Amino acid sequence: MEALAHQIIAGIATGGIYASLALALVMIYQATHHVNFAQGEMATLSTFIALSFIQAGMPYWVAFFATIAVSFLIGVAVERLLMRPVQNAPVLTHVGVFIGLLLIIGNLTGWVFGYTTKMFPTPFESDQPLFGGLVSAHQLGSTAVTLAVLLLVYLFFRHTKLGLAMRAAAYNPRSARLVGIRVGWMLALGWGLAAAIGAVAGMMIAPVVFLDPTMMLGILLYAFAGALLGGIDNPMGAVLGGFAVGVLENLAGAYVVGTELKLTVALIIIIGVLVIRPSGLFGRVVLSRV
Amino acid sequence: MSASKGIPASAPMVRAPAQRSIAGWQRAAIVLLGAAAALAPIWVLDSFPLFQLTMAIIYAVAVLGLNIVTGYSGQISLGHGAFFAVGAYATAILMAHFDWSFWATLPVAALVCAAIGFCIGFPALRLHGLYLALTTFALAVAVPQLLKHRALEGWTGGVQGLFLLKPDPPSWLPLSPDRWMYVVVLVIAALMYLLAWNLIRSRIGRALMATRDHPTAAEAMGMDIASLKTRAFAVSATITGVAGSLSAVAVEYVAPDSFTFFVSITLFVGMVAGGIASILGSLFGGLFVVFVPNIAEAISRSAPGVIYGVILILFLFVMPDGFAGLLRRLWARAFGPRG
Repeated sequence: MEALAHQIIAGIATGGIYASLALALVMIYQATHHVNFAQGEMATLSTFIALSFIQAGMPYWVAFFATIAVSFLIGVAVERLLMRPVQNAPVLTHVGVFIGLLLIIGNLTGWVFGYTTKMFPTPFESDQPLFGGLVSAHQLGSTAVTLAVLLLVYLFFRHTKLGLAMRAAAYNPRSARLVGIRVGWMLALGWGLAAAIGAVAGMMIAPVVFLDPTMMLGILLYAFAGALLGGIDNPMGAVLGGFAVGVLENLAGAYVVGTELKLTVALIIIIGVLVIRPSGLFGRVVLSRV
Repeated sequence: MSASKGIPASAPMVRAPAQRSIAGWQRAAIVLLGAAAALAPIWVLDSFPLFQLTMAIIYAVAVLGLNIVTGYSGQISLGHGAFFAVGAYATAILMAHFDWSFWATLPVAALVCAAIGFCIGFPALRLHGLYLALTTFALAVAVPQLLKHRALEGWTGGVQGLFLLKPDPPSWLPLSPDRWMYVVVLVIAALMYLLAWNLIRSRIGRALMATRDHPTAAEAMGMDIASLKTRAFAVSATITGVAGSLSAVAVEYVAPDSFTFFVSITLFVGMVAGGIASILGSLFGGLFVVFVPNIAEAISRSAPGVIYGVILILFLFVMPDGFAGLLRRLWARAFGPRG
């Protein structure tokens, strides 16, 4: 019983990371109907940037926020330089550009920072075991950070003017433009926010899986699975989906398929959701006129 | 749904048969010259460049398979490395565990891939565009883990992989196994290209392009979209699987880490660089993905990936119809009708 509780808590902790990355994916999907295949690589790059900040002598939390700012700028730059020119291109072009971005960022990260696996510090240390050793300090801390990020994002979109403008731009670009919203910049802002959220996810998962240039590939898969499970056009759903996938993955890894087939679990969730209920658990059913 | 979802506007539309006919003897001369040029490397090249050329032709076949499903049928696959792996493992397992000859394993590999492709084609029907890309991406990432799995270890050799040998040349031919391998690959590749060429220029090929460009109109004209798309997947998987099977014997080794997600990406890059929805383009794609990384690797271990990425984006921005499109335009400028 205690082992089961352990697995579920560990699942919730990693699920929080998947939830953040899924949220980043959904933010870009909502605004542009693109799925950013390079989201994981961008998060890895951010984490390496954070590591260099820390190695340069910055305190953890300064490095943390500096990384978020830098990642935000990278996200905005990517939208402006790469995505904007192909805005109205067919899906194949978008997929191609995302894959190109994935290759460039992933390999540049390896080129600059090296391929050796690195330790990444966690700000959450504790001397005595928490809750009778049921949960580690990092698990507790990273879940808290994830929930804080989710809360901030929610408040931003619900209760600020800018958030409302971004939602309007995503929901109905033409009408939004007519009421004076700069839709192009709203998209860029969305990319920036997604990159920033991804950066947080990267910094929170790196102490667990260790930092190397391919760290995020598998995690991106779980984030896809989470986003699809919850409904790729519903941020709240995607977050819940992310947590659910975290728990599911951990339980399946511990009791059903063993750790070697964990990625296959993600694949099966993705195919299962898309075939049985393509709109996800909480998504809208999209009907199109022909 | 927009009319040209998934395909750049410059992809060849359904075309009428060639306007100009070439005399029979001219065609024969072209074929003979082409065959001579293709066989020349056996005597000209050393064994390592010849091996690279062999691999390039194998990749050209794999890219051709991807091009049929993504270029001509408009179903984006980022996971064709999986079929490449299945083809390679089918051949390797039959040769290593059952002592089959390579020739006997080839049709089995093709059939297995056709069956798997057909089965994957069914969920793919419901997942168009982006979702199919996403699912096949997940498949590509998961493949090495599946190959390493303990339940299959007895067959696949686990992480260690399987070793095999190139087929021996027939005794009446004074060729080394490497050179014979090149001939084998060349002949099979030529067959695959002929098959694809005829398929695309047939009623079925035109139906495929019609369902890609305007599914609703195609269905209204009486085309069975579901059956066309699943069969396109099966044919595509077969061709890529044959390429995988050839690669297993050409390299004489298969292991899970040779079939990472990067293989699928390589095929995709080859398709875009060569030319989407172009048969000739697939050939360029194969040459591209083998020779460009070799040059790039001299700079850094990461350079091939970066260059792939840069070229992918650059081509999609400025030359979405790839090398084949560039050649077509140059040709039209030089020999096309004036005015």
